[in-house]
Amino acid sequence: MSGLNQRLHTAGHRRDLFWVAAIVHRVSGILLACFLPIHFLVLGLAIERTAALDGFLKWTELPAVKIAEAGLVFLLAVHLLGGIRVLLIENLTWRPSQKRLATAAIGTAGVVALLFFLRAL
Amino acid sequence: MSDVIAVSIWRGRGEGRYVDYEVPRLDSQTVLDVVTYVQRHLDPTLSYRFACRVGVCGSCAMTVNGRPRWTCRTHVEKVVADGRVEIGPLANLPVVKDLATDMTRFFEKWQQAKGAFTPSKTRHDKVAHIMPASPARVEVDKAIECINCGVCYAACDSVRWNPDYLGPAALNRAWTLVNDERDAGNKARLAAVAAAGGCHSCHTHQSCEQHCPQAINPTASIAGLKQRTLGAYWSGALT
Repeated sequence: MSGLNQRLHTAGHRRDLFWVAAIVHRVSGILLACFLPIHFLVLGLAIERTAALDGFLKWTELPAVKIAEAGLVFLLAVHLLGGIRVLLIENLTWRPSQKRLATAAIGTAGVVALLFFLRAL
Repeated sequence: MSDVIAVSIWRGRGEGRYVDYEVPRLDSQTVLDVVTYVQRHLDPTLSYRFACRVGVCGSCAMTVNGRPRWTCRTHVEKVVADGRVEIGPLANLPVVKDLATDMTRFFEKWQQAKGAFTPSKTRHDKVAHIMPASPARVEVDKAIECINCGVCYAACDSVRWNPDYLGPAALNRAWTLVNDERDAGNKARLAAVAAAGGCHSCHTHQSCEQHCPQAINPTASIAGLKQRTLGAYWSGALT
């Protein structure tokens, strides 16, 4: 872009709900991808070493891990709902209620994560 | 309310800086009026672009307090924040000087998206009858009033992250032609917009829809192209 200092000229659109919804969807996907190796590691333990799995699962009783699990549920829910939102936008007739859809996706994901957390306590 | 507006205007090219000016506050003053005042009374070396001043030509778009806007139809009162207005060139385009950007790449992408009408008849044929209420024409009507201002292109992070992306304006134009019953160029057009950097590079941020001064929804047009190209692929029309 010929040395144009982008930072100085733009930023306003990044306060819009649509943009935030798109970025939450993308970042949640990246974080879930980062979590996948841990997920597969634990699955591997379940198959190969029962004692090691039991030792690992004791960690899940720690409050910090419970909070992290709630965060994980939030990421899963918000990524799923964000994906459904994009599919609806791109495949159904365009509706003016897109903002409500974006807000509902993030809000529902937060509620699901909170319920999971309260249930785990 | 102060009688003056504190205005910061980008001076130079990519390596320039914002320069502060004070401009008298007037009734019904537009951002373009402010820029014009600075050039005529404070610094005649300021470069900017405008023509019609009434929201038709699309040449006066600039970044105002962080958002791309058509400056001739943007009242200062609506955008001033704490008595200040920051005015810069459009983002995602090289700066020629000060507030004037080089739109070459923007319009090259219109050509790349096959944004030119391809006639299916000659002047000797009868004039085509297009019913205003036909579904295809309704789709065209929603998207046809684009004034090529570049606001959507400057607001698009997909363009920012992928300079080869055709952008909302070019794809919106392609969508109007895809729905034009008289056009004969859709095979090449669908191939062009389905290629790398085409409609499938849109991340549906909807910033184009949020900022379009003509209230067009390019994201909806791009979604239409995504569906149409996918349908063409499944039917074998697009390989």
